[in-house]
Amino acid sequence: MAHTPVIEAPRARSARRGVGRTNYELYGWLFMRASGVLLVALIFGHLFLNLIDGDGINAIDFGFVAGKWASPLWQVWDLLMLWLAMIHGTNGVRTIINDYAERTGTRIVLKSALYLAFTVVVVLGTLVIFTFDPCPADAAAELLPSFCTA
Amino acid sequence: MPEAPAGTLYRGREGMWSWLAHRVTGFGIFFFLLVHVLDTALVRVSPEAYNAVIGTYKNPIMGLGEAALVAAIVFHAFNGIRITLVDFWSKGTRYQRVMLWIVVGLFVVTMAFFLPRHLGNVFGGH
Repeated sequence: MAHTPVIEAPRARSARRGVGRTNYELYGWLFMRASGVLLVALIFGHLFLNLIDGDGINAIDFGFVAGKWASPLWQVWDLLMLWLAMIHGTNGVRTIINDYAERTGTRIVLKSALYLAFTVVVVLGTLVIFTFDPCPADAAAELLPSFCTA
Repeated sequence: MPEAPAGTLYRGREGMWSWLAHRVTGFGIFFFLLVHVLDTALVRVSPEAYNAVIGTYKNPIMGLGEAALVAAIVFHAFNGIRITLVDFWSKGTRYQRVMLWIVVGLFVVTMAFFLPRHLGNVFGGH
């Protein structure tokens, strides 16, 4: 070592301390754990119903989705899954960007793209769940769930 | 921000590898999620558009991709519970290594249940 590193006294006030200090990183850390536990239940349920139950992935088509979203339970399930997974995943990728993108400009560009993707996907997904029409008038009857013709 | 040389090992033990696997699986799952919301949004376009795109999820190559996706999710889920226990359970840090092997065990059991069913649907179905 050519020089002795200077270690700040533990409670010394650096320029950053006291200026704009918030608890957001603490809330983020807590959210990752709380949402993670909920997401395990939500996603395992989703995977069981869509990939394991019945004919698995072969059963998935427009009628399958329409049948699920006819029930408020699955609307709320999918909405919760969408929001929690997107916030959880966006916060995780934000952490990865902070770890590896060393230049300030790179971090700004990557995080802007991340937050744009978050906004587009969450808004689109939420609109789809709530404005979905299970029986579109101009569609062929055999593609629709059975309750459309009943 | 201090710079670290790339490609170094941090101790190189179970804790480092589980951290790395958690990060890699989480990153991959996030990008699938973006695509998955977009493909599901096609139900709003027309039944034909949705069925055409979901049909591509049923071919064998995509079927293997789904197996990898589920493997990533299952590891991330069980290891995430382990991380939560390390943080909140008073004995969590003491048992973090044992808990990793429990995670690996649960992963193997879950995949042993899932893979035959899913691959059966993909390769043997319809």
